[in-house]
Amino acid sequence: MENMIKNETRRDFLKVSGTVAGGLALGFYLPNGPRVARAAAPTHSPNAWVKIGTDNSITIMCARSEMGQDVYTSMPILVAEELEVDMSKIKVEFAPPAEVYINALLGGQLTGGSTSVRDAWEKLRKAGASARMMIVAAAASDWNVDAGQCKAANGMVTGPGGKKATYGSLAAKAATMEVPKDVPLKPSSQFKVIGNKAQKRLDTEAKVKGTAQFGIDTRVPGMLYAAVAMPPMIGGKVASYDDSRAKNMPGVKAVVQYSRGVAVVAESYWQAKKAKDLLLIQWDAGPNGDNDQKKIWDGLKTASEQPGAVFREHGNVEQGMGGAAKTVESTYALPFLSHSPMEPQNTTADVRADKAIIITPTQFQQLVPHVVAGATGLKPEQVEVHTTFLGGGFGRRVEVDYTIDAAEISKAVGAPVKMVWSREDDMTHDSYRPASLMKLTAGLDASGKPVAMRFHSTSPSISARLFPSIVKDGIDPFAVEGIDNYPYDTPNIKLTYQMHDAGVTPGYWRAVSHNLNAVALECFIDELASAAGKDPIQYRIDMMDMGSTKHQWSGLSAGVPVGARMKRALEEVRAKSGWGKKLGAGKGMGVAVMEGYNTVIAMVAEVTVSADYDVSVDKVTAVVDAGTLVHPDQALAQMQSTINFGQSACMWGEITIKNGGVEQNNFDTYRVARMNENPRVLDIHFIKSDSTPGGLGEPGTAVIQPAIGNAIFAACGKRVRSLPFTAEHIRSA
Amino acid sequence: MNISFNVNGKQTSVDVPQDTPLLWVLRDTLGMTGTKFGCGKALCGACTVHLNGMAVRSCQTAIGSVAGQKVTTIEGLGGNHRVQKAWMKLDVPQCGYCQPGQMMSAAALLASNKNPSDSDIDAFMSGNICRCGTYPRIRAAIKDAAKMA
Repeated sequence: MENMIKNETRRDFLKVSGTVAGGLALGFYLPNGPRVARAAAPTHSPNAWVKIGTDNSITIMCARSEMGQDVYTSMPILVAEELEVDMSKIKVEFAPPAEVYINALLGGQLTGGSTSVRDAWEKLRKAGASARMMIVAAAASDWNVDAGQCKAANGMVTGPGGKKATYGSLAAKAATMEVPKDVPLKPSSQFKVIGNKAQKRLDTEAKVKGTAQFGIDTRVPGMLYAAVAMPPMIGGKVASYDDSRAKNMPGVKAVVQYSRGVAVVAESYWQAKKAKDLLLIQWDAGPNGDNDQKKIWDGLKTASEQPGAVFREHGNVEQGMGGAAKTVESTYALPFLSHSPMEPQNTTADVRADKAIIITPTQFQQLVPHVVAGATGLKPEQVEVHTTFLGGGFGRRVEVDYTIDAAEISKAVGAPVKMVWSREDDMTHDSYRPASLMKLTAGLDASGKPVAMRFHSTSPSISARLFPSIVKDGIDPFAVEGIDNYPYDTPNIKLTYQMHDAGVTPGYWRAVSHNLNAVALECFIDELASAAGKDPIQYRIDMMDMGSTKHQWSGLSAGVPVGARMKRALEEVRAKSGWGKKLGAGKGMGVAVMEGYNTVIAMVAEVTVSADYDVSVDKVTAVVDAGTLVHPDQALAQMQSTINFGQSACMWGEITIKNGGVEQNNFDTYRVARMNENPRVLDIHFIKSDSTPGGLGEPGTAVIQPAIGNAIFAACGKRVRSLPFTAEHIRSA
Repeated sequence: MNISFNVNGKQTSVDVPQDTPLLWVLRDTLGMTGTKFGCGKALCGACTVHLNGMAVRSCQTAIGSVAGQKVTTIEGLGGNHRVQKAWMKLDVPQCGYCQPGQMMSAAALLASNKNPSDSDIDAFMSGNICRCGTYPRIRAAIKDAAKMA
């Protein structure tokens, strides 16, 4: 990883442990211990999740970042179910960084990996139940009766002889009661809040009235605004700068150089921005100043000739291939992608001599005190972090780079500063979904069934940059997602990964490497079905792995093959989509199936390909097995969301590099789906289940892409192996 | 220099250079942060407001051109506007960041077209990007709001 862009400040504070049973864990060592949440005055907390006001107000702490995926409602639902309070009366507060709020599936107070509900499923119901038991115990003690004679419902405890007390009146005493050790939970048959189809989001009203506070909306007394100039080349630096014109512009308070660039600080954002445009900066291009598309893809190709690290193997793939009746080989090339959330990166920092206040839209609040401490010389416990609503996240805000920048700028000017990136800053200083080159080879027997499968991917490793200690023996667990859980029953398989630094900062992007591996695999399976002359759905069903072998690396997935679930999803999507029906000229249907985050999704896309190879996605049918749906309407919203996000990626998404920098810088050059391009029909079905919940914030993103690719093949006979599915790529396929 | 205009029914005067975008006057000078910054180039629609009832991108509207005119922002939609009611009924927002712009566009659409068809909605709303993919709900909410007239 010799040319990897490193953030030494971040690296100083991350000491990462290995994996733990049950999931992939990024175990963060916090050198100065966690900060503890402090409740404001007249409330009492039976535990870290619930604050009960003497005025009967109920506040539930949300320890995950709300970026659209509904944690602001779905997490409180879990607490409220057992706490026995009315959802319409609760308040929600974003939790500060604290050990109690760590996500056990990720090992940090971090929102990502479609883990929020999965991690919280038992924990938050137990937190609600435990708080309720303490409230009941307080009432029982007041009334001198047995707790078993008391009942809690709707924020009220009732006891024998018509005794009644509100949670608020019991709160102070409840907080002093012993924390129960044995906390039984309701069976699913008694759920009232979980699974309620009529439950509304708790943040809708604020978002509809324009009062929801995003990071960019922060205003604090005495605040100045910063606009920044950052190197156009990835890994570049400021060599020298001339601020003689900028610093004399109206409203400008200071021009400061900070680690990454030059900031203009002014009384308003527009003044800062205008002055910033007048800076004359000489850049030191850094190690990758001459990087471009040719270098990147030549590099990936050369690296792909390495054998790579084996992450899953059984049987003998060489022998299997040797005995095959037919061999099919394909190479898929997927580009870098930008996150481009609608709210550009920003942070408000107030760095003083003895403390810092950081108000930021972050997915990783736990890391912020440590990197800000590193950047300012303060101690982590002197850094207070407030998480706002996030105007989209998609993995971009797992990175804390912009909080460091704002802290450095605030410290330099000695005032609270809101640093706001332009769209151009945001798109050219993203961390990008890695480009990947994937070579797939299959040996088919006489019936067309694969007897050998060889998968070899080459791509930059995100974890090698951010969490190097989880990378073992050349394998980044986040680079093999969506293929480590290869779902088909093939006697001989060998799956390998070759890490390659392409000089472009790689980042976790919604569904991460499912978007690479599962996309290539599901397109390739379609190629095999075609080579075998079989129906793509029946072909998949016939070769499902119905076993239960554990796979080693994809720690956020089910961990074992889920053949029965996948078979059922495929059968249902076949029935619901009208699979096989006669379509008009230029139209086609494509299927894909995947397990990711313990959710199984089968999807059929219906597309029209014009004579000029322009594609429109007319309809998508999805069958989803995500276990128990905590908030069904928002489970549906996440499917609508992920289909849209994946559609944008596979149809238009491509970040390209020239002279070491990103060429796309706004929505005119980085195209994303608009209203008129959204499939007119999204037909989404959830399989009824009372299993533990699967993740929903990400997996659909990866399934829609091969479904569209396969539909394009069905529509026009072109097999596109270089994404995105633009007219140019289809024509030349 | 002083520029006077009407914002959400209130006569307002600001002392900023004429070329300052209306967006930043609303957000920074007047503290009305409901209107969002998304792209700065009229490509995404997050900053959509009404200028004399017409939907405009406030990031590309110089304050000088607004003098003496009427601006309506999400704050001025009132909270009970039929578009807002439909948005709440269908729980349209996810992250919510683009939604003020979406609602301002939708309100302008419905003001000029009582019963927009799917292709009317496509044509009018395609200037507003939503990365969360709330498009199906926006479409449904516009149709719902149209019925509330």
